[in-house]
Amino acid sequence: MEKRLKWKISIAVFLLIMAFIYLFPSISKRLPTWWPDFFPKEKIHLGLDLQGGMHLILEVQTPKAVESNLERTIEDLRYDLRKNHIRYRKIERLELTGIRLELFRQEDLSKLSDILGREYPDFYLAHSQGEANALKIDIILKEKARHSIMKMASSQALETIRNRIDQFGVREPDIRPQGENRILIQLPGIKDPKRAISLIGKTARLEFKLVDETHDVREALKGDIPPGRIILYKAIRGEGGIIKKEPFLLYKRTLLTGEYLTDARVQIDPQYGTPYVSLSFDSRGARIFEKITGENIGRRLAIVLDNNVYSAPVIRDKISGGRAQITGNFTMQEAKDLAIVLRAGSLPAPIKILENRTVGPSLGRESIEKGFKSMIIGGAFVLIFMVIYYRISGLIADLALLLNVIFIMSALAFFGATLTLPGIAGIILTIGMAVDANVLIFERIREELRLGKSPRAALDSGYSKAIITILDANVTTFIAALVLFQFGSGPIKGFAVTLSIGIVSSFITAVFLARIIFDYLIIYRRWKRISI
Amino acid sequence: MQIIRPDINIDFVGRRKIAFFFSSLLIALTIFTLIIRKGPNWGVDFTGGIVIHIKMKQEFLPAEIRKALSPIGLEDSIVQEFEERGSHEYLIRVRKKGIGLSGLDDKVKDILEDRFGKVEIRRIEMVGPKVGRDLREKALLAIFYSILFMAIYISGRFELKWTISAAVALALAGVVYIASLMGVGLSWLIIIALIVTLLLCWFLKLRYALGAIVALIHDVTITLGVFAFTNKEISLSIIAAFLTIVGYSLNDTIVVFDRIRENIKRLRKIPFTQIMNRSINETLSRTILTSGTTLLVVFVLVILGGGVIHDFAFAILIGIIVGTYSSIYIASPVLLLWEDSSGKRKRASRSAK
Repeated sequence: MEKRLKWKISIAVFLLIMAFIYLFPSISKRLPTWWPDFFPKEKIHLGLDLQGGMHLILEVQTPKAVESNLERTIEDLRYDLRKNHIRYRKIERLELTGIRLELFRQEDLSKLSDILGREYPDFYLAHSQGEANALKIDIILKEKARHSIMKMASSQALETIRNRIDQFGVREPDIRPQGENRILIQLPGIKDPKRAISLIGKTARLEFKLVDETHDVREALKGDIPPGRIILYKAIRGEGGIIKKEPFLLYKRTLLTGEYLTDARVQIDPQYGTPYVSLSFDSRGARIFEKITGENIGRRLAIVLDNNVYSAPVIRDKISGGRAQITGNFTMQEAKDLAIVLRAGSLPAPIKILENRTVGPSLGRESIEKGFKSMIIGGAFVLIFMVIYYRISGLIADLALLLNVIFIMSALAFFGATLTLPGIAGIILTIGMAVDANVLIFERIREELRLGKSPRAALDSGYSKAIITILDANVTTFIAALVLFQFGSGPIKGFAVTLSIGIVSSFITAVFLARIIFDYLIIYRRWKRISI
Repeated sequence: MQIIRPDINIDFVGRRKIAFFFSSLLIALTIFTLIIRKGPNWGVDFTGGIVIHIKMKQEFLPAEIRKALSPIGLEDSIVQEFEERGSHEYLIRVRKKGIGLSGLDDKVKDILEDRFGKVEIRRIEMVGPKVGRDLREKALLAIFYSILFMAIYISGRFELKWTISAAVALALAGVVYIASLMGVGLSWLIIIALIVTLLLCWFLKLRYALGAIVALIHDVTITLGVFAFTNKEISLSIIAAFLTIVGYSLNDTIVVFDRIRENIKRLRKIPFTQIMNRSINETLSRTILTSGTTLLVVFVLVILGGGVIHDFAFAILIGIIVGTYSSIYIASPVLLLWEDSSGKRKRASRSAK
């Protein structure tokens, strides 16, 4: 008996020391210099609802990636058809399934199928359904290819967003995929949520397109757009922020995209003092740029970002070296953010914000204060009540209760779990439940004492009988906590974690630690009567 | 010190008819309120929409704020003063469909600052309709699974009928699967599942499981009723509170059941009703004490915890009160249903060990 007690005491002391070591970084302002390297240094993570921050769920609109892939393929196909002297009446996109092509001559069909087999392995030929005219052909995107385009779009979007956030500079961001095309982002302590959203959400698709000056824009605006052309607008900021929109008639075909960019930096125009973004291309991009400018001297080249024309300078000369610039009436911050998104790369498809939960830092601080205040006051009531009701045994239960809170906190630090506002509520609830274990035990002991048992016997049978009940009763709450953990998100998960940790820890403190104290009092102090 | 005298002997079981009547009344009221209000007041977590929590420099009437929002099409939004008076904090809820939600907070801030001066945006909760639907399904599933697992645990633990309880789980999964094939909505699916669970427990004589499940459905329903009655919103954290109530309600019930099981073994000559009364009385002190201390801390949380946590704590508060009542007056008397219906006053089968 005494030997076992010594063992138990050593285990308890060990647990206490561990708890203290894990808790210390969270409660001290600065770690002492002698704090060894292998000791934990992590503070308890605070949830976004406590420290302020932003929680976003984004959806990558992957069908749009398929759409733009098909659009691109149409432009490439136009080029190949012309090169191979295949004449066609019409070429258009068929929703997300493929491309519809209408040829003039039957004999071009075999040539077309050759080109497809050679250059477009992701597509296969099919005759239009229900069409007697054999010249109407559907070029269908293979299911597997469509799937991989969508998957690529998701993973690429994740990567891009991660890059952008890294460059934006957020401490401990959490970015992870969720399901097929969703991305979960948590940005703790963010100061300017509006800016963060615009930075994350910008598609940033940079395209260089030639301006069509052989046709009149005004005619095109009336609805007579020549095939293979597109109208895009340039936003012009006048006095007082009034935005005028200047239309441009552009060739649809994109000559160069942002995928060859190696760098984008903000620079200041020495003449006007306005910021602009200078771009550098890699060698391949530089070659393409050189070819475009060389072949189109005297024409205008539009720089298009997310379907907005930024500028359309006239090409004066062949440009080699792979440098270009985007001008526009930027503020310094706009230019900086544009440089960040261009550097980080474009999103393969637009994204949509499905969920946004933002908590300002002041509210978070208030929540912590109020949460802990309630915990301390509520806890104090319980502590006082227990001493009044159970005397010295109550005092022992109180000690167990305090240790319980310490254990929960250090377990949070140990598991790297996150403390949320519902989590604090979970701890408060656990305080109530931890008392339950003690109450069950004490009531049992009182019953056994009333039956006339000796203190030691009453203690033994009281404990052993109560433990079964405590286990049974706690398993159900534990089940609830596990289900919550499985289905909940964010703050709810935090609640589930503290609740389940609390259940385990209150069992340890009430059943194991409190028992040690009782045993000690009876064996060493030779208690004749239990003060209960 | 003692609150409850050890020799206390209250005839709880004898008053079960009154208790059943009282509870039925409360549940009927809940259903009535829910019908009138066309279902629970689901928060934006489940319907989709946006909640903007703002702090103003001085007091304004919610109606004033709502009126100021009409130029941006938010005249039907709900503007509510936040829990604590005098802090000039308001919640603006927009549940309108087909309105662009992202960026709405900026518009709100701009238009209110034009009119009222400095506005601090303290919190934004924007949930798209698609996510809202997902979250609702998840929440309902969570409630369903927790009840299912607990039913299995109780029938296994108390009646030592692990095989039967596993069979119940399988049958239930089957019924739910068939119903979902027929395209039944999730909330009906759960109601069907609960009814099937109750019927299975009844016919397989899983008495303890039946008592516990009846009690916890009782507790959650009445708490839901209080929320419907006060028109409080059911948000994600309220669902978490409900699950906690489920856990807590069972916790309480099980303590009583444990004692019944123990006393059945010990006192073989005494009628079942008396064993039950005795068990409830023996655990009464503990029931009152634990509920009391837990209520105390939760009550402090309701008062001092701040507006963000208020409804969550309030749900738990109601749940504990109802849960304590049900573990005494509802869960245990359910065990007697078989005897009452068979008309015999003899002891229940000794399936419990």
